[in-house]
Amino acid sequence: MFSGWLTTVVFLPLVGALLIALFIRRDRDVRNFAATVSVVEFVLTIIVFSLYDKSQPGVQLIDKFENWIPVASFRVEYFLGVDGLSAPLVLLTGLLGMCAVFASWNIKLRVKEYFVWLLVLQTAVTGVFASLDFILFFIFWELELIPMYLLISIWGSGRKEYSAMKFLIFTVSGSAFMLVGILVLFFSTGTFNIVELPQAIDKARLLLPAGAIFALLFIAFAIKLPVWPVHTWLPDAHTDAPTAVSIMLAGVLLKMGSYGMIRMSVTMFPRLTTEFSWLLAALAVVNVLYGAAITLRQSDLKRLIAYSSISHMGYVLLGISSVGAGVGAISPVGLTGASLQMFTHGTITGLLFLLVGLVYDKTHTRYIPDLGGLAARMPIIASVFVLAGLASLGLPSLSGFVSELMVFLGTFPVWGWATALAAFGIVITAGYILWMLQRTFLGPSRERFAHVGDASLIEALPAAALVISIVVIGIYPAFLTDVFGAGVNAILSSRF
Amino acid sequence: MNLHDVYLLSPELSLAGLAALLLMLDLVVQRKRLLSILSIICLIVPAGFVVALWLDLGRDNVPQMTGLFDTLVVDRFSLFFKALFLGIVGLVLMASIDYAAKFQRFQTEYCALVILSAVGMMLLASTQELISIYIALELTALPLAALAAFLRESRSSEAGMKFLILSAISSAVLLYGMVLIFGFTGSTFLKEIASELQRLPLSGDIPFGSYALLLGIVLMIAGFGFKISAVPFQMWVPDVYEGAPTPITAYLSVASKAAGFAVILRVFYTAFPASIISVDWGAVFAVLSALSMTIGNLVAIAQNNIKRMLAYSTIAHAGYIMVGLAAIAARSPQEETFGPAGILFYLGAYAATNLTAFFAVIAISNWTGSDAINDFAGMSRRSPFLAFALAFAMISLIGLPPAAGFIAKVYIFGAAVNSNLVWLAIVGVINSVVSAYYYLRVVRVMYLSPRLSEEPISISPSIKLAVAISGAAVAFFGIFPLPLLRFAEEAASILPLVAIAPR
Repeated sequence: MFSGWLTTVVFLPLVGALLIALFIRRDRDVRNFAATVSVVEFVLTIIVFSLYDKSQPGVQLIDKFENWIPVASFRVEYFLGVDGLSAPLVLLTGLLGMCAVFASWNIKLRVKEYFVWLLVLQTAVTGVFASLDFILFFIFWELELIPMYLLISIWGSGRKEYSAMKFLIFTVSGSAFMLVGILVLFFSTGTFNIVELPQAIDKARLLLPAGAIFALLFIAFAIKLPVWPVHTWLPDAHTDAPTAVSIMLAGVLLKMGSYGMIRMSVTMFPRLTTEFSWLLAALAVVNVLYGAAITLRQSDLKRLIAYSSISHMGYVLLGISSVGAGVGAISPVGLTGASLQMFTHGTITGLLFLLVGLVYDKTHTRYIPDLGGLAARMPIIASVFVLAGLASLGLPSLSGFVSELMVFLGTFPVWGWATALAAFGIVITAGYILWMLQRTFLGPSRERFAHVGDASLIEALPAAALVISIVVIGIYPAFLTDVFGAGVNAILSSRF
Repeated sequence: MNLHDVYLLSPELSLAGLAALLLMLDLVVQRKRLLSILSIICLIVPAGFVVALWLDLGRDNVPQMTGLFDTLVVDRFSLFFKALFLGIVGLVLMASIDYAAKFQRFQTEYCALVILSAVGMMLLASTQELISIYIALELTALPLAALAAFLRESRSSEAGMKFLILSAISSAVLLYGMVLIFGFTGSTFLKEIASELQRLPLSGDIPFGSYALLLGIVLMIAGFGFKISAVPFQMWVPDVYEGAPTPITAYLSVASKAAGFAVILRVFYTAFPASIISVDWGAVFAVLSALSMTIGNLVAIAQNNIKRMLAYSTIAHAGYIMVGLAAIAARSPQEETFGPAGILFYLGAYAATNLTAFFAVIAISNWTGSDAINDFAGMSRRSPFLAFALAFAMISLIGLPPAAGFIAKVYIFGAAVNSNLVWLAIVGVINSVVSAYYYLRVVRVMYLSPRLSEEPISISPSIKLAVAISGAAVAFFGIFPLPLLRFAEEAASILPLVAIAPR
């Protein structure tokens, strides 16, 4: 089977990157070409999303090439496909990839290399969401490391080399354990096929106790999500990364972790996940509250958004913990909410990082006490920032509200106390978001910002795209929840 | 010795003939560069014989052909290594064309010595008798000792001397082990040793079944451990690698190591396949493997000279490859060759990777005159091609996709998992994480640090071609590993057959 859509979507940015590396010399052409590629890629992901038929069960748009490495001892297939869980995430990657390219318009240093790595990064992340062979998944998972490392360490700021290396070592450590887990699964079941693995695991005699395999995989996803206490790489990487990379990192790379948890941990080990869901719920509460509490104390705009990411990704984890209801009793609301939270957090936080980047570009500072009164100087940025902030704190009619509500609704019957505690995170979020908005944009205008301008058209473009998505999902969430729901229901009905 | 023996020996004979021819032509030809180029082109002849022998095996549908009083064996396993050695020699000679200007008068001798040592390696891969193995080993080592000292400066002389003496000691240790095995079994033929061991009463209480075997096998492991630079026999590696001419360092790190693994696989799978013994030597290799990986990687972190760093990295990689030796206790008979196949694939991928790295280093340090990692600063701007090749080699050495090193690592750790050695696989992957730190340091210096000079690095076409070929191989086998994987599996599939086949 080979429909070709996903192969195109996954490899288009890579081809674009190669063309830039080999043929395009002038910085202006590089930018324009990268922008074209990213727009085409976004359109393609929209097509893929709309081609996905949620009334049909199972994976769709399959690109399968079985004879890639057909040796018995190591049967790896080239197998791409999407289901309800991954189709929206592919769309998200296309959207944020485009925003990242436009957010990089002001990059002056080594422009060509920059866009090459940014596009390679996009191929890697899209590949993670589209792969249905565990080794292929792992290849894309690892492929993202080097571009990220270089993007942070060359085009970043502050202690960029330290942060880049920290990011890399954390991720590689996680994926090292994941690799062992994958190999153990293969030699227990004889397949790397992610669609077949869940059933195969039930039947096979595992080489290691199931709990050990579960742990090996879970560590990798937990580091990526990131779950407390392995979250420490995130604030550093975010703070020092260039704007576009922060957008990609918060917007899609973190989702690789939560996607992996649902796709692998939950689907392959339903009983273990149910058994340990109390732990997930507890960690989620820590993530939400600890993340929010630390966010409150941040005086660097970017670091503030970074810590708020930890807090918000906690809701995803909380939604996943709703499988603790036990076999047959699980409502799909929690997992659907978790999936939707991935999407909404991607767009909202992406937008916030984008705006922080703009503010920094104009004012050359991210230190909140130095800022103030900017609303008069940059009305567009300020109003969009307020909208993103409100979405982040869960204002009804914006997308953040829907996903968080679903997470709470799904998890409350199972882990009532945990949900109640986590819901308290919303209050803290409101606190730090509003306080941050007030200190940055309100108050008397300052002399030193007298000549600061507003966003230009090219800068406003990605912001506009994200604003539209936030509002649309907020008003009509069904176009995503139906798709996510289809994916979640398939998992629940076949595995629980 | 009849004509069939000559045919079986034709790759080695033609290669030795080439060395002799080069030395003779050296007397009359003034332009030494021509001879270097000629030697590369002439490698086609032994390569042709290798292909012919491979086809013969397939046509007659026999697992192996033996000759020279049964000491010589030609099978897919030995042919795999012969092909590998020929490829390595070709690339090393290509990369040496310009480097050899440093020893103007002796360029041809240099080529001839490289080729002679390759003859030894090829013999090593296809003998099945202890004395022949010993002779082949010496034939491999002596030219290498001379080559290590070729620069005629104090460091290089030290390298040559160190290599010679330690090589002699390790050979002595090996010989002592062989003598014990001979004394115990009464034969120097690997197959006869195996069948004798079937007959002799072995005790389950004593490691290896008997104290004589214990001592003999452990001494042999020590002797071979030197060749593959496994901990704790790795002391010579950093100094020799640093002092020797860089192409020779490259050659040592891939060819000499591959030859070591070839002979270990042959000896242990043919002579000691009995389960009571193999479990024990598998365990010994598992421990050596964990030690080599860990020590190699940890010490490499502290290195500032790229040749020394690659020397410690090669020790670590010997550890990764030994995972395949430890992975003998497969769960089903048809998976028994998984470990050896992993070793073969790893050796191929590692050869391509390490040659890419060393060739890039040769080209860069030839221009800058320094092997210090910090002097590679800003190389991405001075020579984008070399910097990218070196960075890609580093990525392959870490074991990240899309490089061949990734598939190699996954495959060989898979063999360990398949043999219930999950702990060893975990040690391996943790070591990969550690290694990421120092390999990426090279990438960081090249891509992040400000360049030390504006001057671009100009490289000659020959070394450019060598880098391009080996780098392309790394990429190709990373994305399409199937050809090499099939090749390795076919070659390795011969091993247990030999062990089981009655004589």
